[in-house]
Amino acid sequence: MSEEHVLPLARPQVGVSGKTGTWRVIRPEVDHSKCIKCALCWLHCPESTIDIVEEGEAYIKIDYDYCKGCGICADVCPTKAIRMVPEG
Amino acid sequence: MAVRPLTGNYAVAWGARLSRVKVVAAYPITPQTTIVEKLAQFIESGEMDAKMIRVESEHSALAATFGAAAGGVRAFTATSSHGLMYMHEMLWWTAGARIPVVMAVATRTMGPPWNIWTDHSDIMGQRDTGWLVMMAEHNQEVLDMTIQMFKITEDPRVFLPGIVGLDAFILSHTTEPVDIPEQELVDSFLPPRRQPYVFKAGDPLIMGNIPSSLEENMKMRWDIHRSMEEAKKVIQKVDAEWERLTGRGYGGLTECYRCSDAQYLVAGIGAWVGDMREAVDYLREEFGVKIGVLKVRFVRPFPREDILKWASSVKAIAVFDRSVSPGSAGPLFLDIAAHLMASGTMLPIKDLLAGLTGVDVTYEDIANALLRFVSEVEEMGTVKQPIEWYFGR
Ligand code: SF4
Ligand code: SF4
Repeated sequence: MSEEHVLPLARPQVGVSGKTGTWRVIRPEVDHSKCIKCALCWLHCPESTIDIVEEGEAYIKIDYDYCKGCGICADVCPTKAIRMVPEG
Repeated sequence: MAVRPLTGNYAVAWGARLSRVKVVAAYPITPQTTIVEKLAQFIESGEMDAKMIRVESEHSALAATFGAAAGGVRAFTATSSHGLMYMHEMLWWTAGARIPVVMAVATRTMGPPWNIWTDHSDIMGQRDTGWLVMMAEHNQEVLDMTIQMFKITEDPRVFLPGIVGLDAFILSHTTEPVDIPEQELVDSFLPPRRQPYVFKAGDPLIMGNIPSSLEENMKMRWDIHRSMEEAKKVIQKVDAEWERLTGRGYGGLTECYRCSDAQYLVAGIGAWVGDMREAVDYLREEFGVKIGVLKVRFVRPFPREDILKWASSVKAIAVFDRSVSPGSAGPLFLDIAAHLMASGTMLPIKDLLAGLTGVDVTYEDIANALLRFVSEVEEMGTVKQPIEWYFGR
């Protein structure tokens, strides 16, 4: 990388644009007992804030620091295991 | 070396081929020219080892060229008039990212109405983007500058993209004998590509994120300006080096023709500088007017120091502009006047707005307008109107 010039470059890192989860007005809540592990929510989440964890009864885990509450995961879930509830 | 009849468009294509361009991205339909058609032929026949990306718009053409260049290869595109306008946003992104790219612009007037003739409105509209902008006078200069521009833009002191401008039709579609240098000569002149950073798979890098501090953002603009100043030295050096190899030098940022004893100067950019030379020869021979031609080769960086030097010993300057900022004046006139005045050089300057929208301007037209300008200054010590539209005799 050139040291002489002032360049518009940055290294990507988690949270480089701030905690976007604070923008959320409705939050996705998962009822793991209804989940059939299809991973559609993981595939469709535009923020990539759903991880497949397979911890205990949880197949997926949502990172609420960055989930913007768009509701796409709830919409695509075939068993309605995800429900959008108003934020506190 | 081989002298061949080439249009300006083909001269550009040869320049890109000899520079070993690896990616050409272009919108293939109007207002595109035969530049990319010729490049497509070179690639198809295997004479050029490159990828041609046909995109859906000029905005995407530059985006793809920029992307390829950011990925580390020499990349090239070409456009004209409305295509350049559509691309305008991406010119800012490319320069702001400091990624060297070379583009040819066949300068065509803007609509309405639609036409394909020359004027400089399209190219002059890119002055503030951070691209180097030059205009060629003839097809040999077009070929030589396409090659030179890669070396200039890839110099670490510069690291900015550059435009080679050629007047539509007058150069782009007109054939002249052009010396095509040998590949070995160009290889010895052009070093392997250099750029400030390369986007690589597995090494994530963000370009152009929202800045954490606006001062840092402003410093990037300042650095582009500073690098433009540095580019002046690089342009001189690269031109001198080309002259050593080929015998063809162009004077760097400017050339002054018959200026040693000149009392008057006529300034211009592009193909009609050739007509200005004829007009000046004619005025000297027929009327004994001591006048020279100030050929401005680079619009950006603007050759302030050269202009001051050439203007220091003359009585007055006439500037021919082939584009106008309506409500102000022609852009070349504005730059020359501003830099002269700012340095304390006060002399009469006249802006002659001519040849706009493709109106033909002959050397007789230029001589005629200059004769009136000279007699005004001789009689009154100044010019009647600093900004004058010339519609023909
Ligand atoms: S609500 Fe939107 S952002 Fe949040 S986890 Fe679901 S899909 Fe992702
Ligand atoms: S879409 Fe519904 S069922 Fe499928 S993995 Fe996500 S939560 Fe489970």
